[in-house]
Amino acid sequence: MSATSRFIDGMSRRHFMSHVAGAAALAAPATAFTNSILANAADLKRRHKAAILLWMGGGPSTMDIWDLKPGAPTGGPFKPISTSADGIQICEHMPLMAQQMHHMSLVRSMSTREADHMRGRYYMHTGYVPNPNVEHPSYGAVIAHELADQVPDLEIPPFVSVGSGSVGPGFLGMSWAPFVVDANGNVRNLDMGIDPTRLSQRLEMLSAIEEKFIGEKRGNSSDDHAKVLSKTIKLMTSDQMESFKVMKEPKDVQDRYGNTGFGRGCLMARRLVEQGVPFVEVDLGGWDNHADIFKTLSDTKLPELDKAMAALVSDLAERGLLDDTAIIWMGEFSRTPNINGNGGRDHWARSWSVAVGGAGFKRGVVVGETSSDGKEVVTEPYSAQDLMASVLKSLDISLETTFTAKNGRPMKIANAGKVIKELFA
Amino acid sequence: MTTHVSSCRSGLTGPLRGSRLAVFVALAAATAAVAVAREGDEHFGIPQVKFINEQVAAGWADAKLKPSEAASDQEWCRRVHLDVIGRIPTVRELEDFVADSSPVKRANLVGRLLGDDSVDEYARNWADVWTTVLIGRSLENDNVNRSGMRQWLRRSFSKNVPYDRFVADLVTASGVNKAGEKGFNGATNFLSGKLEENGIQATAKTAQIFLGLQVQCTQCHNHPFNKGKQNQFWEFNAFFRQAKALRHFEETREVQAIELVDEDWAGEGGNAAQAELYYELRNGQIKVAYPVFIDGTTVDANGYLPAKLEDGTEYGVNRRQALAQLMVDSPLMPKAAVNRIWSHFFGYGFTRPIDDLGDHNAPSHPELLDGLGERFREQSFDTKELIRWITLSHAYSLSSRIAKGNATDDPAVGEKPKFSHFYLRQMRPEELYQSLLTATEADQAEEKGEKGARKKDEWLSQFIIAFGTDEGDEATTFNGSIPQVLMMFNGDLVKTATETGKGGFLDRVATSGMSNAHRIDTLYAAALARKPTRKEIKLANQLMVARKGDAISALQDIWWAVLNSNEFIINH
Repeated sequence: MSATSRFIDGMSRRHFMSHVAGAAALAAPATAFTNSILANAADLKRRHKAAILLWMGGGPSTMDIWDLKPGAPTGGPFKPISTSADGIQICEHMPLMAQQMHHMSLVRSMSTREADHMRGRYYMHTGYVPNPNVEHPSYGAVIAHELADQVPDLEIPPFVSVGSGSVGPGFLGMSWAPFVVDANGNVRNLDMGIDPTRLSQRLEMLSAIEEKFIGEKRGNSSDDHAKVLSKTIKLMTSDQMESFKVMKEPKDVQDRYGNTGFGRGCLMARRLVEQGVPFVEVDLGGWDNHADIFKTLSDTKLPELDKAMAALVSDLAERGLLDDTAIIWMGEFSRTPNINGNGGRDHWARSWSVAVGGAGFKRGVVVGETSSDGKEVVTEPYSAQDLMASVLKSLDISLETTFTAKNGRPMKIANAGKVIKELFA
Repeated sequence: MTTHVSSCRSGLTGPLRGSRLAVFVALAAATAAVAVAREGDEHFGIPQVKFINEQVAAGWADAKLKPSEAASDQEWCRRVHLDVIGRIPTVRELEDFVADSSPVKRANLVGRLLGDDSVDEYARNWADVWTTVLIGRSLENDNVNRSGMRQWLRRSFSKNVPYDRFVADLVTASGVNKAGEKGFNGATNFLSGKLEENGIQATAKTAQIFLGLQVQCTQCHNHPFNKGKQNQFWEFNAFFRQAKALRHFEETREVQAIELVDEDWAGEGGNAAQAELYYELRNGQIKVAYPVFIDGTTVDANGYLPAKLEDGTEYGVNRRQALAQLMVDSPLMPKAAVNRIWSHFFGYGFTRPIDDLGDHNAPSHPELLDGLGERFREQSFDTKELIRWITLSHAYSLSSRIAKGNATDDPAVGEKPKFSHFYLRQMRPEELYQSLLTATEADQAEEKGEKGARKKDEWLSQFIIAFGTDEGDEATTFNGSIPQVLMMFNGDLVKTATETGKGGFLDRVATSGMSNAHRIDTLYAAALARKPTRKEIKLANQLMVARKGDAISALQDIWWAVLNSNEFIINH
């Protein structure tokens, strides 16, 4: 069933909202929403900043992708190839991305300390090491929180995670949580199957119960629940849900991204950014290659990555979206330069690479350098918080922003990381 | 309140009624257990409860906190049902409890929930909790059989196997992991999927779950901020080297089951009499390790399993059994257990995370943690007794309403918990599932045992995100975010719960002959364990009018709203 026909008998959303607007606690978003429908539809397409994080779950071996060491004992069998960016070479199994590298830049001097999956995942997503007493907001929550004002007409969640679930909103609260969808864009449980008048009556009853409980001062989770309810109602009634329907793209476009979950995820990311979503994370797992790494990379992981990422970068560039859309490619860490007895590489955080591009980033440059065996960063090392600060800068988000954690403690955005200067003109 | 519940009792028949006799028997047993209790006695004559109360109160005094008022009978009844047996109370259970005038009625109810009457539900709840702890919520794979794990857990909890035996059984388990196979032992599922790559996961998870030691990072290096050393990881790991997970294949070459066995182990050096393993330091240096427990106790490094020479000389050692004995004797084991079970009831343990008892992570109530651990050992690791002490404590009886004197006691903002009011927390998805069955009285028709459990798994799988790492890391979207709200709004589970078909819950309420006011009362009691407010009654009546006398449709609307509220899904 399409989003437009979700409501009974073609009842317009404006009509629907006139019903829903009766529900007290849930009325505010509903009213904002009604107003948005009155706005000129063309406004929806106006410029806004956005970011797409390509998350490589498991920890990809970056010295087999972005920072090859041919001939070194640690180098592995892959050969470097030249790219569309002067002086940048990448892995031979990334031929399509090689043609897009003039849009991207590499940081080959990442050096971090978290080599456990969950810790590394948290650290790279938030810029903070895990702390049992504070939950920090992830990239998606921070960027959605900072950029949501640019897209007042957005009716779908500003932080979408395709496939992986990302890392949560921490102290920013559940209303900034990632909206997790599968790579086919299916969203479960969208239809209530009752008429809008009746739905609005139910919501009125519900809001009375919510308000009573909140009024009894039992803690924040009761307020959070009500906020998420409002967002859900907004989403259930939105035509913007169409942007998840990746299968509606022409077949040749789908083919260009690749018939894979990651391919569809990247295509969906483009559609969502076009719709106004400020942050999309797309997950590609399967990089925890403790055994038989080279065959896995050359036969499956790299072709899948190459196709989808290259299609995304070139599409964004062609559509004029790249100048406002940052792309970040990273995992929680990388893999050991030493090749283990099972033909694999283990966890390694000391020296590795990430790729960034679009938005305010300088394109086609390489930042930093590792030693000839890949085991050391020989230039200035950069951390998760430095990378995060740089991404925020590329989106014109002020690094002076300070959040207040739930305990009242001020928290500097991106953990006060320092901008990687070479990434900016 | 009493009038309210008794007033709606009359109209309901059939499944709403419990077995009077069984309740009476359980009450009698529970009352005997607390025979010394007197009216006004705040710890029900149980010294361990007194100990908890004194320790928690000392924490309040130190922090200048005033505890909140006591929770209402209804709130407490709902809470203790959720926490002990994993579902909200039925209308009948609620009204029985409220109507009970005994000064020890809370002890009686705990006694009933821990007694024979509730044993199936108790076992199901704790099997759910421990399945998640031991193997996660992700669906099973070739190496792990959820159903086998759960069946074993359910049996352990229904027999109230002492916790030390429980741990030893899991750590030393051998046999086949799948029910119905010859030599079935479901306990093997804890380790059957964790022995790859020399048992790294077995090492990390065993230390973490049962001893509260976070050793996973020390696999590769000394820990930067706790005392964990790399050699300790591999010395602990050495205990698992005799264990092997053998695959049983079907004719189609599909894995049929896993058999966990212990075998003689020659060691990586080839000398079984001194079976050693090697590990690599960050700088490339190779070191050797033998089985040594974390407190420094060494175990015979012989890699042979116990056997006798012809002359009768005994030799060899079963390393996993040696490990289990050392774990059981360690003071860390009861502390880790007490911390985990306490956090189940309060939402927070004495440390965060609960499975990190390292020196770097000071507990909120060190004496209470130690003392409760010691008492748990003295009580022969009787888990039900530990649960009784915790649920009868003063702290557990407090309201979740924050009072003037305790607003600063908020662990959600990173403060150490002081337990001066009850902390809100969302139901676990398993609790929600079970509670919806109970609220709609669909539990009567629920498929029992494994069949019902698998249905629940299927439903749960929509919330699980597996990260695909070797560690089996996973997350859930059952966290108060939009997908969960959508499921509650429109999902099949709530659709079923709000059905108006003949013989269903709403139909029975609608046709019970009760007045509309009593019908609304019943819905509120069933889901929220309270009476509707005046405003809610007004809105409900408006719905009755809007549905133009179609009472069941109006009840459906009210019921939908009640089930979707924060008050329903939050344990308060």
